[in-house]
Amino acid sequence: MGQHQGRIHSIETSGMVDGPGIRFVVFMQGCLLRCLYCHNPDTWTIGKGQLVTVQELVEDIRGYLPFLQFSGGGVTVSGGEPLLQADFLLTLFQALKREHGIHTAIDSSGGCFTRRGHFFETLQQLMKFTDLVLLDLKQIDPQKHLALTGKPNDHILDFARFLSEANIPVWIRHVLVPGLSDDEADLRKLADFIKTLRNVERVEILPYHEMGKFKYEQLGIEYPLLHTRPPDEETIRMAKEILGAH
Amino acid sequence: MLAWEGFKSGSWQEEIDVRQFIQLNYEPYVGDPSFLAGPTEATQQLWKQFMELAKKERDQGGVLDMDTEVVSSITSHGPGYLNKELEVIVGIQTDKPFKRALQPYGGIRMAKNACESYGYELDPEIEHIFSTYRKTHNQGVFDGYSPAMSLARKAGIITGLPDAYGRGRIIGDYRRVALYGTDFLAKSKKNERSFFDERTMTEDVIRAREEIAEQLRALTELKQMAASYGFDITKPAETAREAFQWLYFGYLAAIKEQNGAAMSLGRTSTFLDIYIARDLKEQRLTEQGAQELVDHFVLKLRMVKFARTPEYNALFSGDPTWVTESLGGIGLDGRPLVTKTTFRFLHTLETLGPSPEPNLTVLWSHRLPQQFKEYCARMTIQTSSLQYENDDLMRTYFGDDYGIACCVSAMRIGKQMQYFGARANLAKALLYAINGGMDEQMKVQVSPPMRPILSDKLDYDEVMDAFDYMMEWLAELYINTLNVIHYMHDKYCYERIEMALHDQETMRTMATGIAGLSVVTDSLSAIKYANVRPVRDENGLVVDYIVEGEYPAYGNNDDRADDIAIDLVKRFFRKLKKHSTYREAKTTMSVLTITSNVVYGKLTGNTPDGRKKGEPFAPGANPMHGRDRKGAIASLASVAKLPYEYALDGISNTFSIIPGALGKSDEDRIRNLTAILDGYTAKDGHHLNINVFDKETLLDAMDHPEQYPQLTVRVSGYAVNFIKLTREQQLDVINRTFHEKI
Repeated sequence: MGQHQGRIHSIETSGMVDGPGIRFVVFMQGCLLRCLYCHNPDTWTIGKGQLVTVQELVEDIRGYLPFLQFSGGGVTVSGGEPLLQADFLLTLFQALKREHGIHTAIDSSGGCFTRRGHFFETLQQLMKFTDLVLLDLKQIDPQKHLALTGKPNDHILDFARFLSEANIPVWIRHVLVPGLSDDEADLRKLADFIKTLRNVERVEILPYHEMGKFKYEQLGIEYPLLHTRPPDEETIRMAKEILGAH
Repeated sequence: MLAWEGFKSGSWQEEIDVRQFIQLNYEPYVGDPSFLAGPTEATQQLWKQFMELAKKERDQGGVLDMDTEVVSSITSHGPGYLNKELEVIVGIQTDKPFKRALQPYGGIRMAKNACESYGYELDPEIEHIFSTYRKTHNQGVFDGYSPAMSLARKAGIITGLPDAYGRGRIIGDYRRVALYGTDFLAKSKKNERSFFDERTMTEDVIRAREEIAEQLRALTELKQMAASYGFDITKPAETAREAFQWLYFGYLAAIKEQNGAAMSLGRTSTFLDIYIARDLKEQRLTEQGAQELVDHFVLKLRMVKFARTPEYNALFSGDPTWVTESLGGIGLDGRPLVTKTTFRFLHTLETLGPSPEPNLTVLWSHRLPQQFKEYCARMTIQTSSLQYENDDLMRTYFGDDYGIACCVSAMRIGKQMQYFGARANLAKALLYAINGGMDEQMKVQVSPPMRPILSDKLDYDEVMDAFDYMMEWLAELYINTLNVIHYMHDKYCYERIEMALHDQETMRTMATGIAGLSVVTDSLSAIKYANVRPVRDENGLVVDYIVEGEYPAYGNNDDRADDIAIDLVKRFFRKLKKHSTYREAKTTMSVLTITSNVVYGKLTGNTPDGRKKGEPFAPGANPMHGRDRKGAIASLASVAKLPYEYALDGISNTFSIIPGALGKSDEDRIRNLTAILDGYTAKDGHHLNINVFDKETLLDAMDHPEQYPQLTVRVSGYAVNFIKLTREQQLDVINRTFHEKI
């Protein structure tokens, strides 16, 4: 178990909205979902990206320790879907914890979760070195989830249950997209589901934005939400209220 | 004596020692800002008047009124007021508020041009006197300049030189006026002069005697000026109000006489707090009264104006005066130098709203009280009006009673001054190295002829050899030029009152600077790690560069690039240090461009990093915009690597971020901002300007300036009213990297 090399898309040294404090964010390459509103489509393809070693990353992160420590921050792996490279994450988090006691977070949609085989064994190990999971729950309705992301959501909800059973602190995140994930009844169902979890520290509403648009142009893919606008204040307020968001 | 009653005694009572007075008597404050009081009615009324005048000034194209007949001196004008009934602190530069004084000693041409460009006519008699009978600094300098100096200046390889205007960047210890009164100060100056009585009359001794005589004269005039407002400042101040007033008179005398580029105030808040605390204790003052004193004092500082020319404004945009006040810091004994009055000064950003001046500068340390840190962060998020400098770094060199002159120049108050040296354009020097000293824009030979680089692909070692040699030439010429300038400034435009508020034994620095650090760093990195092919014109002059492949850029915390920047700083400083300086000033260097990064860019051709001719440089030590790929903290980490030891005059960095990228809640943003400052300080970063706002706000302000009269933007080492910038500079601010990743 564990792996010293991983494929990353990029590094952001001043993540201040992906977990507590200032975060060194590692965007991992590769994802199974194809969310219509994804603002990082350049992270989708598996096997691309830059090959890095745990040692290189830890060395790099070491240079930012004062910023991370003074802010109560740490390292967040995002993506892409970071759990696709769970073995790499395990080695990385072990090193970060052992060498520097750094707060670790995984920003995941749980799209590749399964309770079977090597993945599950690695995940269980990984959770021992993980302080926080930022879990994207995109759509509670299975049909709408399929339409929105290209995948069903049963295993994603199961991932949420697994985290609850394992008592790993979780921040639930819900991207609010007009017409796709802002239906009041759906939001209420989502709220009911969240109530069944015992490990949720915070719920965050992420209003859809159009900043990812230019990447589609660069990649030569048609932007699926060409006619969608960011949600209005009223909808955001309603969603926050229903979900008890931060 | 009543004035010193209740103060702890010490040798400060026998000899001038403001620091000891502060250390013995101040009360650190570690609490929160809840004690602060809002503005009084008088303050609100005065502020309204101020804003009306500011609007009129804007509507008239930037100048409300100018004096064209009376040469400004400490006593040239009778008393003037904004509103005599309401002001608790009085005194303005001329007879009317917002009226700019006539200050020709730096250069009569500059004074004349300033008048003419705003539609005023200089009194011909004054022009005659200062062209025929009374020589100015400017004339002296050009008498001294060698042909090489004039050419370098014209080509823009050395720029922004204070050779046609007041050099500034000298901070009088204005606190001395309040603590001691002018009689004591004059007596002490006479004592200093007696040291030069029975001596061989060498040039040094004669000069010292003459200077002290001038200082004494200035002290007498200061006393007379105060008397015209009805105050006897021969004796020490007895109340807080008097302390503010005496101190302000000292400063006012300085700005009446000098229109230096930066006329900084020093470090006054904790000193003044001692007087406020005593009056509060004696129940002679309420919290609201204390805030009113601070507000009215700060209001006066916001009114400081100088007559400038449009060319000057192109270099230093937005009509800045650099009334820099240094706040906070930690004492040598470990106690924070934060008092309630430090909070009261910051609170003026709420009572009077945001403002570029005074240039409030927080001396940051990890050990500052948490509540103070958070209040600073809150003010930055609300107003973008503060800059931060690393006290932990500076304290080692300057002790705990230093202040910042202009943007980033630390100096011991009353014990140290600098010869402001503007900056050398290293980006241009690199182009000269490639072209054998031929200017790529003017197409004339500027340095002594050298063999140009003839290869089709630039070789790093070959370029570095030539560049090193070119820097050698530039460093010598630069120091020599500054020697001429400051010799003449001392002679024809001596800062009498500011130096009267210094010890006789004052340390002098020759404060040089460099521009274009990030352009040169990236250019050299491109030459080293990518392929750079020069493009030559018909005469064989390289006029453009083709970059093939990727190169590591400065600002990504990548040692391959950052090491080049570090080497440049060290290398050029060592070269400067080889040359002897006027009055044996200690050579220092800054990495600071103020807003002249735009003008320097205009003067510089295409560079090997891919920057196009005329495009602005990054300001100060900032990485070039758009080239940092790893986010804000990596960019800060790169700049923090520059060695302060080699750039003791300061390393400026400007950081702009949108509120949403700083965190989700107010609480998050404040915590993250203080952590950024703590982290940058821990990494030995020196200076940080912080802007927190959305790009959209700036774009909107460009189109609707009238709706943003107080929108303040930190640029390089100072702040400006955004709407006072030229359109070109507004665009530069907007185009620079905004950290906006969410």
